[in-house]
Amino acid sequence: MATNVAASRLQGTGANALELDGVGRQFGALTALSGINMRIAPGERRAVLGSNGAGKTTLFNTITGDFHPTSGSIRFFGEDITTLAVHERIRRGLRRTYQISQLFTNLTVRESIYLAYRGVSRNRFSLLRPRVSDSAMAQAESISHAVHLDGERDKTVGTLSHGQQRQLEIALALAGAPRFILFDEPAAGLSPTERRDLIEILNALPKHIGYIIIEHDLDVALRVSEYVSMMHNGQLFTEGTPEEIENDPRVQEIYLGGGHG
Amino acid sequence: MSDLPLSPAQKPAGARSWIETLGLAHILLGLFLLIYPAMASDFFLTQIGGYSLVLGMISLSLMLLAGYGGMVSLAQITVAGAAGYVVAIFGVNNSGVHGFGWPWWVFVPLAIAIASLVSALIGWIAVRTEGIYTIMITLAVATACFYFTQQNYALFNGFPGYNGLRAPEVFGVYWRDPVPFYYLCLAMATLAYAAVLYGARSTFGLTLQAIRDNPRRMRAIGFNVTAHKVFAWWLAGLIAGAAGVLLVWFNGRISPGTIAVGPAINILVIAIIGGLRHPIGPFLGAVVVTLMQTFAIDIIGAERFNTLIGLVFLLIVFISPDGILGLWERFRPQAGREDWRTFRTATKQVGNKGRKT
Repeated sequence: MATNVAASRLQGTGANALELDGVGRQFGALTALSGINMRIAPGERRAVLGSNGAGKTTLFNTITGDFHPTSGSIRFFGEDITTLAVHERIRRGLRRTYQISQLFTNLTVRESIYLAYRGVSRNRFSLLRPRVSDSAMAQAESISHAVHLDGERDKTVGTLSHGQQRQLEIALALAGAPRFILFDEPAAGLSPTERRDLIEILNALPKHIGYIIIEHDLDVALRVSEYVSMMHNGQLFTEGTPEEIENDPRVQEIYLGGGHG
Repeated sequence: MSDLPLSPAQKPAGARSWIETLGLAHILLGLFLLIYPAMASDFFLTQIGGYSLVLGMISLSLMLLAGYGGMVSLAQITVAGAAGYVVAIFGVNNSGVHGFGWPWWVFVPLAIAIASLVSALIGWIAVRTEGIYTIMITLAVATACFYFTQQNYALFNGFPGYNGLRAPEVFGVYWRDPVPFYYLCLAMATLAYAAVLYGARSTFGLTLQAIRDNPRRMRAIGFNVTAHKVFAWWLAGLIAGAAGVLLVWFNGRISPGTIAVGPAINILVIAIIGGLRHPIGPFLGAVVVTLMQTFAIDIIGAERFNTLIGLVFLLIVFISPDGILGLWERFRPQAGREDWRTFRTATKQVGNKGRKT
């Protein structure tokens, strides 16, 4: 089994970062996703657009393993991860953020990022206190810097502003050598200044880290992505460069004319 | 929990004196507990002092699970009972069943090990559930164990259980004599208390608290939430198991009555009265409950003493949902109150968020 995993990882070196083949998800009679095919190269930055209820977050939940697809398969750097548990996928370099911040309200910023690093490294069960010299602590320093949270390291997460919590969301996804990140509406509820900050943070990510970003704000989405997929009613209906998508009349009808918000 | 590591005030750990590291309150409390035998009669030493420490330890194992892990268990007395039965079966008893007569330094570690495994097993079943369902399933396990021990004679000697369990004599000291037994309980309780206090800020302690706050996010940063919860149960089992050994030496016997539903709920009552926010809470609760159980009979008569205990419980829960610890925080006129408010708002936010998603 272990050798199989290793072998599939080796094969995966030249493969796509993420490959979805006919992925579908049903909730009883409701079809939330159907026939999703997606190929995303390593380091590629992709935006997924679509009106509310188009299935974007369901797509993320299926990729991270919050629930398994009812049909189709998911490959991550060549390895089939369709039935893996969430934490197994994360340890292979997949990360995500949430539309509504999912944070540890009673921990500090530093401790949160420390845990995010620890989750994908050894000594998760350590009964010793983390030392300040711990490499994970050093990571917490540099990541909090990368998401512009230098001054808040020792603050309790519950006391942070909404914008800072959104930044911490991103920090948790950056800890511990991610290879691919799913950003679920990182700009939700941010002020214009904070949005500029966010674009800066995303564009400053190391080039080898690819991501998919779900974003309602086209200004943000089109400035941080190279390629755009449009979703509607649980299906992908068109893909293209930001310019092509912006000028596609169908997109304007469905997305901008429809339930935008 | 307010006791989190690396907050600015605690950062330069090397620069602090041992008094600051330990805390003045801890030193005063420790001194009082050390000289307590000089002031107390044998009755107060064993029946109140020793017994409170033992019950406090069992409640501490519940506090570890509930306070840090958000898992309220009603099966902690069952875990302690498992250790007690191992002592009865592998040590010496007067019941004429089993009693292999192994030396204490074999059966005591064995008892704690088996209890911790029983705890991990119960945990492994219980962690599939959340909130009220964890309470229900652990209650079901505790009840099942009670009836099983009552009806099984081959292993547990059924209804009468085991009598004549004696603490060992080591270094020429009989460890059930009032003063040695008190110090033995004090040493074990201090060890467990210090371990929990230290562990709360360890990597695993942080992990457990983070799982309590947001299990979904913990999965999404690579943690196997189930495994970490079960590990917490195993650790709690070590504490409850050690307390179980002391409990049978205190009682001199173990029977299904020791692990019945009443005692199981008693442990929860102790933890709630004391407070779940800090490991000292269970010990405060244990002292209050032990005193009440001992003296309520004198005040109100044997028929109604449980009513008095119930009323005090209601009163404390009504005034302060966080038990005696909450009362302390509420009436302490200091900067600590700010932390307390922050904590309350923070927990409320967590609650609201949970409802939205």
